Amino acid sequence: MVGQAAGLSASFPTEQERAFAIAAEVTDPEMPMLTLQDLGVLRDVECAENAVVVTITPTYSGCPAMATMRDDLVHRLHDHGYDQVEVRVSLSPAWSSDWITPRGREALADHGLSAPGPAPQHDGPVGLSLLPTRRPLICPRCGVAEVELTSEFGTTACKALYRCTSCLEPFEHVKEI
Amino acid sequence: MVEPVDHESVYDSLLGGDDSQWAFGTDFEDPLAGVDTTVPDGVDHHDLAIYCLMLADDALVMSHRLSQWCSNAPDLEEDIALANIALDLLGQSRLLLARAAAANLSVVPAMPHGSPVPPEDALAFFRTDREFLNVRLVEAENGDFGQTMARLLVFSTWRLAIFQRLAASRDTVLAAVAVKGVKEMTYHRDYAGRWFMTLARGTEESRRRVVAGLQAVWPLQAELFETHSVELSVTEAGVGVDPATVSAEVQVLLEQVLSMSDVERPDIGALARVRGENGRDGLHTEAFSLMLAEMQVVARAHPSGSW
Repeated sequence: MVGQAAGLSASFPTEQERAFAIAAEVTDPEMPMLTLQDLGVLRDVECAENAVVVTITPTYSGCPAMATMRDDLVHRLHDHGYDQVEVRVSLSPAWSSDWITPRGREALADHGLSAPGPAPQHDGPVGLSLLPTRRPLICPRCGVAEVELTSEFGTTACKALYRCTSCLEPFEHVKEI
Repeated sequence: MVEPVDHESVYDSLLGGDDSQWAFGTDFEDPLAGVDTTVPDGVDHHDLAIYCLMLADDALVMSHRLSQWCSNAPDLEEDIALANIALDLLGQSRLLLARAAAANLSVVPAMPHGSPVPPEDALAFFRTDREFLNVRLVEAENGDFGQTMARLLVFSTWRLAIFQRLAASRDTVLAAVAVKGVKEMTYHRDYAGRWFMTLARGTEESRRRVVAGLQAVWPLQAELFETHSVELSVTEAGVGVDPATVSAEVQVLLEQVLSMSDVERPDIGALARVRGENGRDGLHTEAFSLMLAEMQVVARAHPSGSW
């Protein structure tokens, strides 16, 4: 029986919306200020009886957090009475940093991370870029625009390293992809 | 009264009975779980599997070589960068190995009865050197940082050109892996190109090293554009890319980096085939056997191990 949390059921017109709301609360294991919905990884939730099928899209091919995301979704939905939970991986369309929601971007900024700008669009061959990437960023700590790129690769696959030349603090920028 | 403290395992108290939060779960999952792996009509299953192994092995071996820089790079930022690039390639490799197994399970080495080793791991850790189909460029020793950048530049320029075309594959899994890979490898190629130029235009010593590095890897680049019969077959079936077709584009891009770096294109012949075979036929150099032995030793010691 699904209606364990009767109050929760009452606030959602359909079972699908309830299941989606539960899945949408699961957070990213590496950036726990973001939910999987904020990150754009949660693509779809389908519901039939007490079985749920959740579809997620990996951020990077080698993202090691996928197994944890999957486990966390299964656990959370189990806790809310869904006995059968299946997590499907959808590879296409490929994840884009454009899928990070406005709420997700605010959450990143609140936690000292810089949100990505628009993802590059390629019509035809991808051009080679031999000059350092220029991004109009502001320091998430002190708010000034005097920043420098330390490295295009950071502590996780999705981040670049920056440094504020005013307050001298390092910070991370979620890369455009 | 002081509450008794359980000193049995520090992890138990950290986990609070829920191990799903621990270090990305306790096991690996099939990277293609829930993905439709039906082979398109008119495509030979075995050829598709072999082609996926070729692309997977290029990424796996390159990834392993790059991971050998971990804790050895010139500074922390480059250490992290090389590990990130290795991780992207490992991710591509996992998807491609799983795709190979799904296309034709007979390419997967037989494991002891009841072994929990999944097909992708069996392919990575239980094939011999002769069964690996990577190009020889990726297996050579890293050399110094300059040589590593020279190789990464050649490799990522070539693979990015292949993957941009592979995005149109009739095989939806290969197409999806390619679209994703293009986004990732755009960063890899820019990284290698910038470092190549920086080193070439840096000090006398950095220039000497990166030029020597380019010369060291140059004999291995001709092989990248030679077409294997399986590559031809999958290209004709609309699921693969004939590497000969990216040659002109790759040379133009490399020339861009070389001219910006004021480095002459090396005039060095290609590493010869051996009895008509090269990397795509499973013919490799000595460095590969040593690398593979180290990469596989733990998994081979525990063929029924669960990781």
